[in-house]
Amino acid sequence: MSGRPTPAQYLRCLDGIVGREALRFLHQRERFVAALVRPLVWLFIFAAGFRSVLGVSIIPPYETYVLYQVYIVPGLVGMIQLFNGMQSSLSMVYDREMGSMRTLLLSPLPRWYLLTCKLLAGVAVSILQVAVFLAIAWFWDVQPPWWGYLTLLPALLLSGLMLGALGLLLSSFIKQLENFAGIMNFVIFPMFFASSALYPLWRIRETSPLLYHICQFNPFTHAVELIRFALYGQVNWTSLAAVVGCTLVFLALAIYGYDPARGLIARRGGPGGGGGPGG
Amino acid sequence: MLQRLLAGSLGLCLSLGSAGAFASTIYVSNEKGNSITVIDGETLKVTATVPVGQRPRGITLSHDQKQLYICTSDDNHIEVLDLDSLKVVGTLPSGPDPELFVLAPSGNPLYVANENDNLVTVVDVHTGSVRAEVPVGVEPEGMGISPDGKVLVNTSETTSMAHFIDTQTHQIMANVLVDARPRFAEFTSDGKQVWVSAEVGGTVSVIDAAARKIVHKITFAVPGIRPEALQPVGISITKDRKLAFVALGPANRVAVIDAQTFEVLKYLLVGQRVWHLAFGPGEKVIYSTNGVSNDISVIDVAEQRVVKSVTVGALPWGVAVRD
Repeated sequence: MSGRPTPAQYLRCLDGIVGREALRFLHQRERFVAALVRPLVWLFIFAAGFRSVLGVSIIPPYETYVLYQVYIVPGLVGMIQLFNGMQSSLSMVYDREMGSMRTLLLSPLPRWYLLTCKLLAGVAVSILQVAVFLAIAWFWDVQPPWWGYLTLLPALLLSGLMLGALGLLLSSFIKQLENFAGIMNFVIFPMFFASSALYPLWRIRETSPLLYHICQFNPFTHAVELIRFALYGQVNWTSLAAVVGCTLVFLALAIYGYDPARGLIARRGGPGGGGGPGG
Repeated sequence: MLQRLLAGSLGLCLSLGSAGAFASTIYVSNEKGNSITVIDGETLKVTATVPVGQRPRGITLSHDQKQLYICTSDDNHIEVLDLDSLKVVGTLPSGPDPELFVLAPSGNPLYVANENDNLVTVVDVHTGSVRAEVPVGVEPEGMGISPDGKVLVNTSETTSMAHFIDTQTHQIMANVLVDARPRFAEFTSDGKQVWVSAEVGGTVSVIDAAARKIVHKITFAVPGIRPEALQPVGISITKDRKLAFVALGPANRVAVIDAQTFEVLKYLLVGQRVWHLAFGPGEKVIYSTNGVSNDISVIDVAEQRVVKSVTVGALPWGVAVRD
């Protein structure tokens, strides 16, 4: 393998990384079930208790009053992708500790490409989880128009990339697997709760204008709104811009973070304390 | 494959286009706004708001669909709105506090429930004169007329009765006791049954029109809604008698009922305090007036799904649709 890699090699690399992720996913059936149980518990139990939270308001993209369970489904789809993004960041840390990361990064293909492949593999898995979740929600009377499922796909790809890139960025900060719990507390929960996933922003504004502004600047809010609008065949342009912008920023930082020459890995002296890839 | 897809989508566009060929108009009376909201049935956009007399409640179209009769309760008469010019062109006598009325299938006369003096007034819409007054129970409200125009059913809220009145003799032929506070009466299109809703009782009584006996009582239960809030008011039954829709007041739901088995199939979420219902052309959609949230909801009959809600004036009460 000398000179510039050919497109076929790029494809083979993508195939290898996605294949590995898919294999890993298939071998961890518990993970799949767990990824589904979490949003389903919210849908079946939490939504039942919070029926009145919406009150009487019609907010876009809805054209009439909706039940709470209908409202939170896009938020729960976002939740699946958020957890999935963090899960793949966890697997990056694991890979680094186990040394398979080194094998991956030794590839002659550019680092940004390898990391993007890794991201795409994670997004593919999350879309699979979302599909099963939406199928179950359909029987729970959450029935968007059929074309909404098609328009949802590009939105899922974008939001999945954004959350995956965030996970990737975070994983470049984490030294050890044990620190993952910190991610849960400091990233997942605040992001999820300070967003429009569970309650419409106008409701939050009524109680706390400050929280309302925090929610507005939360990228996760925009991922959820992008998904919500897409599910009804519409585009929320503000959210689309925010998600694309955040994806690019997170990805750029993550690629920087994984650069052994400049990144945080090098500064810390490498993963697992045993010297970074190429370092 | 691509060709087939294209042909399919073209067909879909065409069928959507033809569905829009029904140019219907929706009229909504705003009890507090003292106005009639006019809505284009196709675009669902408000095209006009016409000021009328005080406290407009029950509304119905004239037989030729050129005029709208409006119970302007606090003016103690009925106003006649010309639907082409959207101007009030006259009034009809009604007795005090008219609330709800029903037009004879032939287009004349108009039977008016006078809530405050326990009467049903029979008004000739051509001459503008009162033909008869029929004393009924306390607080009459609901009015239903048999398809042949021979039997009028009036419900009195405080007496909790459905009065069967002979429209020839203007005499009460029978009284059927129903649950507390009956608000609305509706005949099936074959004239065999009368459905009467009881607001406080929370039921709909299905009465055999010939035997004048209750054959079934429909009850409601919505998860998460307290039973007292389930207050049935408006009723609409499809012509083929397959489906019935019942507005459940402060439960903010419209119940969809199998009109053959009387089983409740679904509860549809609409705006707050849903009062009355009216079918659109071809019974493809049904509109509900939501009193507290100041809007109407549009329900797709075939899909049994609320597709849109449209803001109207203050306290929407009655609804009528011109084909």
